[in-house]
Amino acid sequence: MIEVRSISKSFGSNSVLREVSTVFEAGEVNFIIGRSGSGKSVLIKCIVGLIGVDQGEAFFDGRNFTSMDRADRKAILQEMGMLFQGAALFDSLTVKENVLFPLKMFGTMTKGEMTKRAEFCLDRVNLAGKGGLYPSELSGGMKKRTGIARAIAMNPRYLFVDEPNSGLDPETSIVIDNLIREITLENKMTTVVVSHDMNSVIEIGDRINFIHNGQLWWKGDKKQVLATDNRELNDFVFPSEFMKEIRENLRRAL
Amino acid sequence: MNLGSLYRSIGEYALLMRMAFSRPERGKVYWRLTVAEVYKLGVQSLGIVALLSLFMGAVVTLQTAANIDSGWIPKWTIGFTTRQTMILEFSSTIVCLILSGKVGSNVASEIGTMRITEQIDALDIMGVNSAGYLILPKIIAAVFIFPFLVMISMSLGITAGAAVGTSTGAISLTDFEIGLQYYFDTFDVTYTLIKTLFFAFIITSVSSYHGYYTRGGALEVGQSSTRAVVYSIILIMICNYMLTQIMLL
Repeated sequence: MIEVRSISKSFGSNSVLREVSTVFEAGEVNFIIGRSGSGKSVLIKCIVGLIGVDQGEAFFDGRNFTSMDRADRKAILQEMGMLFQGAALFDSLTVKENVLFPLKMFGTMTKGEMTKRAEFCLDRVNLAGKGGLYPSELSGGMKKRTGIARAIAMNPRYLFVDEPNSGLDPETSIVIDNLIREITLENKMTTVVVSHDMNSVIEIGDRINFIHNGQLWWKGDKKQVLATDNRELNDFVFPSEFMKEIRENLRRAL
Repeated sequence: MNLGSLYRSIGEYALLMRMAFSRPERGKVYWRLTVAEVYKLGVQSLGIVALLSLFMGAVVTLQTAANIDSGWIPKWTIGFTTRQTMILEFSSTIVCLILSGKVGSNVASEIGTMRITEQIDALDIMGVNSAGYLILPKIIAAVFIFPFLVMISMSLGITAGAAVGTSTGAISLTDFEIGLQYYFDTFDVTYTLIKTLFFAFIITSVSSYHGYYTRGGALEVGQSSTRAVVYSIILIMICNYMLTQIMLL
């Protein structure tokens, strides 16, 4: 479980996050949704420590990550995996070497065990046999799947995913979504996904946090998203007349 | 650049170097990276260094020969001048200025691209000291291999000078050899190699700094790369002056 308490962040005079507090439960896919520029990517980067916070704290299973020294932080970082928006694969390494990278840097396994683990992770994301390819030779979906394989290589307790479906076709997006959900359930991970893809939210989201103007505006589950009267959330989820019509039909069905 | 941003840059650079020189996570991984960087920064620069040194040695010899038309100045001065020019300035300072263009832009654009494609964030999130992982092997590799490049440059420049001088009839090989040996001080070689160590550090660390703090996209990577070369050149010239004053006077 990850608990976020009163996180605020400004860039100069631009206040991006204002006193955001929420809880991300273990074994669930927790979504952070919001418009572009609402602060959701900044929030996830503040939680994992890539951006320093002005105020507030993030607790990983009760451990205050924000106020930890570098050595203790390192131990928690090794319990995290992250899939970046562009996958952030190392260009100079092959797919398999990318997955092996964290194992080689921090793992205590033998060479054979590391290879076995990397092959298992690649197999898990349906990339068996593709280990010898370089990132430049992969499609968008394959890059994301390699990113997931690398993120889970160290068997993390916390998985962070930034815009998993950006640049992907709807069919590939569903494959990636399902993979995230399956891996979360298999490993009982605390998964936090930043997205503005409502299809993903409805497909795999357990808990949803809506960020609006840098504040946590609304939280609930996917059924509540469809039924809510929150105007800003409704404008985000059902932006067009066509979508509003779908919402009315859904409400009648619910 | 105003004074405030200069102080900020110096502070950021110092902090980055502290991070880069902190204890590596896995010595074996860093060792492999260093060997790869020796090849990339050093061996792959051998061609350009050799080409420039050959032509510079030849040109220095011919220009000296062309300017000595007084019977009072002995012919061996041509060999002496070629030796001194190659050892004292060309092979260390000029070669390093050229390397700052080749190696510096390469380092800054590589690290800058890693920054904007979130590869550095990926290293950080794994708990890897990204500054150490990306910068330390480059610095060690350059500090190790650049002196060899400089020594190769000296040898090739002097050899080319001798070859061109004798083949054009500007000087006999015997006179050239006399000039080469005349009042030779081995400290000159030590001085130039010490300068090279400083220049190697400047090129790799300054370029890494500009790459590491790149923000934005492809345009900014290009700007970082240009800044890396410009600041490396400026710092090399300042360092060259200071070391010369300290070591030779």
